[in-house]
Amino acid sequence: MTGTLISIQGLTKAYPGVVANDTVSFDIGEGEIHALLGENGAGKSTLVKMIYGLVKPDSGTMEMRGAPFAPPEPRAARAAGVAMVFQHFSLFDALDVAENIALGMENPPPLRDLAARIRTVSEEYGLPLDPYRTVGDLSAGERQRVEIIRCLLQDPKLLIMDEPTSVLTPQEVEILFETLRKLREEGTSILYISHKLEEIRALCDTATILRLGKNVGTCVPRDTTARQMAEMMVGSELQTPKSAGAEMGAVALDVAGLSMPAPSQFGTSLKNVHLELKKGEILGIGGVAGNGQDELLLALSGELRVPRDAIKFAGQPIGHLGPNARRALGLLCAPEERLGHAAAPDMSLTENALLTGAVREGLERNGFLRWGKARQFAEDIIAKFDVRTPGPDNAARSLSGGNLQKFVIGREVLQRPEVLVVNQPTWGVDASAAAAIRQALLDLAARGAGVIVISQDLDELMEVSDNFAALNEGRLTAKRPTAELTVEEIGLMMGGAHGMEVAHAEA
Amino acid sequence: MLKLEKRPQPSRVFAWLTPIFAVIATMIAGGLLFAALGKNPVEAIRTIFWDPLFGEFAFYYRPQLLVKGGPLILIAIGLSLGFRAGIWNIGAEGQYIVGAICGAAVGLAFYPLEAWYIFPLMILGGALGGLLWAMIPALLKVKFGTNEILVSLMLVYVAENLLAAMALGPLKNPEGHGFPGSRNLKDYPSAFNDEIITGTGMHWGVLTAFLAVIFAYILLNRHLLGFSIRLTGEAPRAARFSGVNPTRLILFCLGMSGLMAGLAGLFEVSGPSGQVSIDFNVGYGFTAIIVAFLGRLHPVGILLAGLLMALTYIGGELAQGNLGLPSAAIQLFQGMLLFFLLAVDLLTNYRVRFAKSEAA
Amino acid sequence: MDFSSISPALLLASLMVAATPILLAGIGELVVERAGVLNLGVEGMMITGAICGFAITINTGSPTLGFVAAAAGGALLSLLFALLTQFALANQVASGLALTLFGLGLSSLLGQDYVGLKPAQTPDLHIPLLSDLPFLGTVLFSHDFMVYFGLALVAAVWAVLKYSRAGLILRAVGENHDAAHALGYKVVRIRVLAIMFGGACAGLGGAYISLIRVPQWTEGMTAGAGWIALALVVFASWKPWRVLLGAYLFGGVTVLQLNLQAAGLAIPVEYLSMSPYLITILVLVIMSADRSRAPGSLGRIFHASG
Repeated sequence: MTGTLISIQGLTKAYPGVVANDTVSFDIGEGEIHALLGENGAGKSTLVKMIYGLVKPDSGTMEMRGAPFAPPEPRAARAAGVAMVFQHFSLFDALDVAENIALGMENPPPLRDLAARIRTVSEEYGLPLDPYRTVGDLSAGERQRVEIIRCLLQDPKLLIMDEPTSVLTPQEVEILFETLRKLREEGTSILYISHKLEEIRALCDTATILRLGKNVGTCVPRDTTARQMAEMMVGSELQTPKSAGAEMGAVALDVAGLSMPAPSQFGTSLKNVHLELKKGEILGIGGVAGNGQDELLLALSGELRVPRDAIKFAGQPIGHLGPNARRALGLLCAPEERLGHAAAPDMSLTENALLTGAVREGLERNGFLRWGKARQFAEDIIAKFDVRTPGPDNAARSLSGGNLQKFVIGREVLQRPEVLVVNQPTWGVDASAAAAIRQALLDLAARGAGVIVISQDLDELMEVSDNFAALNEGRLTAKRPTAELTVEEIGLMMGGAHGMEVAHAEA
Repeated sequence: MLKLEKRPQPSRVFAWLTPIFAVIATMIAGGLLFAALGKNPVEAIRTIFWDPLFGEFAFYYRPQLLVKGGPLILIAIGLSLGFRAGIWNIGAEGQYIVGAICGAAVGLAFYPLEAWYIFPLMILGGALGGLLWAMIPALLKVKFGTNEILVSLMLVYVAENLLAAMALGPLKNPEGHGFPGSRNLKDYPSAFNDEIITGTGMHWGVLTAFLAVIFAYILLNRHLLGFSIRLTGEAPRAARFSGVNPTRLILFCLGMSGLMAGLAGLFEVSGPSGQVSIDFNVGYGFTAIIVAFLGRLHPVGILLAGLLMALTYIGGELAQGNLGLPSAAIQLFQGMLLFFLLAVDLLTNYRVRFAKSEAA
Repeated sequence: MDFSSISPALLLASLMVAATPILLAGIGELVVERAGVLNLGVEGMMITGAICGFAITINTGSPTLGFVAAAAGGALLSLLFALLTQFALANQVASGLALTLFGLGLSSLLGQDYVGLKPAQTPDLHIPLLSDLPFLGTVLFSHDFMVYFGLALVAAVWAVLKYSRAGLILRAVGENHDAAHALGYKVVRIRVLAIMFGGACAGLGGAYISLIRVPQWTEGMTAGAGWIALALVVFASWKPWRVLLGAYLFGGVTVLQLNLQAAGLAIPVEYLSMSPYLITILVLVIMSADRSRAPGSLGRIFHASG
C-alpha cells in the first residue's frame, strides 16, 4: 500500500424519514482490499452509490489521489476509474455477453474485437466466459463473471463489489478470491461490501464498519475476531436462536419424482425431485440462486400444478390441488419476494392478511368477506410478531423489509400449518428481525410441524435445519444431517465450482 | 426542479380530489380551446355545464341526463371490473352493437305478436349477444394468450360491419320503402323500452345501470371474487399465490363487461334510438372508457362520472345549436378530461417536491 | 362476377400501396416497444398526421411539405403521451387509449373545413428502364416516393437496432430499465425520443392514407389502421423485417377484398370489409404462442428512486 486512492470526508445523505449516511469518512488505500461492513439498512449501498455517481451526497466531499472527486453520473465515475459489480446484477437477459459488456463501457471497440478481448481477459483472470452466449441462460456465478469482466476491461483503479459471494458456492468463492488477490497485486483497490465476517477476515486488509448510517470504527480484520466485528456491526450482543430439539414424527410431506418444465423463458425446470419431510423436522434446502428454488416453491404451494402423485401430504396425493385446497389441508408457504408475491404492495395489511388467511381463519362465508375478522387476524399478526406499523390499515409497501417479512411469516405461522415452506425467509432483513423469524420457525417445528427452509444463506441453514439438501440446476440432492456436514461437502452438494465437472447423483 | 417522491402508501385524499382537479383543469383548457375557436369561453362552459341543469329548458334536458348517462354507467361498470384486474376490454362498443342486434332481432322475430314475455326475452338476447362477443377475446386470451386489447378492438370494426349488414339485410324493415334500418321498436309496444316514469328519462336501462352500480359495489367491497379482482390488478403473482384462478377471472371480467355492454346496447336500441340503423351507436362504448377512469374504477365514482359525461354530451349539443361549437370540439373536450385525469393521478401515489437543482 | 377484371400486376402494385400506411406506423411502434414503451395511441397519432398532412398539402400545394407536417404533428401528439407516461408516470394502456380518443377528436376539429377537398397529387416516380420493365416495372418500380421511403425506413431501423451503439442502448433500456439506469443511461430521455419517432412514423402513415391512398379527408378515415399496426408489431415478434412481411400480408388481404368487392362477388360488401380485421385476429392468435421476444420492460413504469 503506497498511498490513499480515495478519501471520503463527511458524506451525508438523507432520505425522507431516514438518514442513510451521516458524516461518513474513511480512506481507501492504493492496492488495498477494503471491506465495508454493516447490517442491511446500515447505509452501505447508499455510500457506494455516491462513489459510483448514482446518488449525490447532501454534503461532504470525496477526493481521488488528492483531487476533488464528485461524479455527477456513473459515466463520470467510470471515466475516473471506478467500476462496480452490483448485488442485483445490472444485466440484460435477452442480450449476449459481449453486448452486455459493451453497454458498461464508455468507448467499446467493435463487437468482434471486444469478444476477443473478453476471451483473453476472462482466461487471464481464471473466469472463462463465452462472449456470444445469451446472458439469461447463464448461471448466477457466470452472470457475476460478466459483470466482473465488464469492470476489468476498463482497467479500474477502484473496483466496488456489492455482496459478491451471496450467489456463489464455497468453491466459486475461492476462485473469486484468487481473482481479487491477483487484482490487488496489480495495484487495483477493491471496496468489498459484505456482512459475511469470515470472508472478510480471509480476504480484506482493512474494514470500515457502518451502523445506522454512521462509521462506527475501522479495524484490521485479520487481527479481529468475527465476534468483535459482529458486535461493532450490530451494536449489542446477538441472541442466537435456540432449537428445542423436537422428536421427529411421521412423514408429513413426500415428494416423489417431481419434474416440471420451466415456467418462464429464463427459469429452471425441476428434474426428478425427491424429498421426504417428517413432522417436527426442519429441512434446509441450499443452492445458488436460480437453481430451481422459486420453481420448487411454486410447485409446493400449488401455484403450478404437477401430477397428482408427485406430492403427497400425510399420504394423500395433492399434486393436482390449487393453493387454497392445500392450505385447507395444512400446507402453507411463504415465497421469497415479499412485495408483489407474498404481499400486495398497495393493499392494506388487513387485505394482505386475507390474501392467504381466508380459508383457515374463516375470513369468508359463502364468498362474502368478514372484514372485522380479517382485521382482527391482521392485528393479531402485528402484535404477536412485533410488526412495527401504525396499524392494519397501512399499505404493505409502507413497511420496512424486516417488518413486512415478519408479517408474512407471522401470517403463515399463526395459521397453525402442518407443513410450512419458506423461501429466503431473512433475505434483506435486519439482524434482530432475522433472529425473530428463525426463532419462530424453530418453535413451529418444536410444536410438531414440518418446515422446509429454502435459502441461499448457508449460515442460516446451518443454524436452523436438522437436515440439509441442495438444489443444483433443478435437481435436489439426497438430504443429510446438518451436523455431520463440512463446508467442503456442502459446496460439492451445491454443484461445486460450476464448470469444474462434478457428478450429479441421479436418483 | 421538480422531484417525485413515492408515497409510502396511496393518498386517500388525493384519490378523491384528483378527478375534481381534472375536471377543473379540463374546463380551463377547454375554455382556451373554445376561445381559440372564436367563442366566448365563459359562455361556452356555462352552456355545457350549467344550462342543461338550471337553464331555461332544463325541464327538457334533465331527463336526458339519465337517458345518456344510463348506458355510459352500465358499460363503464362492466369495464371497470376488468380494468381493476388488469384485463383491458376496449371493445365495449362492439359488444354494445352486437347486444343491440341480438336483442332487437329477438323482438323483431315476434313481430307483430304482442306478449309480456317479449321484452324480457329481448333483454336476455342483448345480454347474451354482448357476452358472447366478449367471450371471443376472453377465450382467445385464455387458450392462446392472445392480447385482449387488440382482439376486442378489432371486433369493434367487425361489429360495425355486421351492424351495417344487418341494417341493410336481414333486419331491414320490409315496409321501409327500401331505406336502411329495422322497424322502429317505438311502434311495437311489446318490444319498446319505454320510460318507467313518464318525463323522467328513467327507462329500464337506467334502472339496470343503477342496479349494476350496487352490484359492483358489493362485489368489490364485500365479496371474495371482488377481492380477487382487485388483488389480480394490484399484484398478479400475489393473486396466484392467494389461489386466484386467472383463467376464471379473465372469463368472468370480460364476460361481465360484455354482458353489461350488450344490455346497454339492447336498452338503447329498443328505447331512445328505437331502431337498428347503420349509425345508431354513438360511441358510448369508447366514452365509457373515459367514464370508468374518471370514476377511478369505483362504482360510486363511475355513477357520478357517467352523469358528468352525459352532461357534456347534452351541453355539447346545446352549445352546438346555440353557439355553433363544432361537435368535434366536445369530443376533444372529453378526451382532454381523460388526459388531465391520468396526469393528476400522479398525486395519489407520489409527492411532488421542489428540489434544489442537482447540478453538481 | 368477373374475376378477369383483376390484374395480377395491378393487384401486387396496389398491395404495396395498401401496406405502406401500416408499415410506417408499425415500424415506428416497433421502435417504441423495443424501448420498453407500449403506446396504444397509434390510431390517434395516425389520424392526426392524416389531417395535418392533408391541411398543409391543401394550403401549400406540396405533398412533401404535407408529409413533413404529418410527421411533426404525429410527433407533437406523441409528446403528450410521453409527458403522461414518462413524467406523470401514468398507466401506459390508459394513456394510449386517451391519446387515441384525443387524436380522433382533434383531427375532426382540425378537419372541419377540409371535407370534400382534393389534395395535390403525389407523383409516382418514374425510374428509367426499371419502371418500363414488363410486370416488375408496374409492381415494384412505379410508386410514389413514400413507398420506397417506408422500405428504406425498415432497413434503417433494422441496421440501427442490430449494429449501432444507439440501437444497443435502446434495446437495453427496453429490456431492463433498472439495469440501464444503474449503468448511467438516461432511460426517460431515450424513451421520449423513441416515442416521438413512433409518433412521427404514425403521422406519416396517416398522411399516406389521406394524401395518396384515398386521397381526401373524412373523419375517422384511418378506420383501425393504427390498431392493425399495433398487431403487426406483435405479429413481427418485434423484428423489423417481419413488420414488412406482415404489412404486405395485410395489404394483400385488403386489396384482395376490395377487388372482390369490385368484381361483384355474391357476398355482401360488409362481410368482405370485415376480413382485414378478422385476419388480424387470426394472425394474433397464431403468433401469440411465441411471446418470448417481447422486450423485458414493455409497458412497465420507470421511476428512478434514490
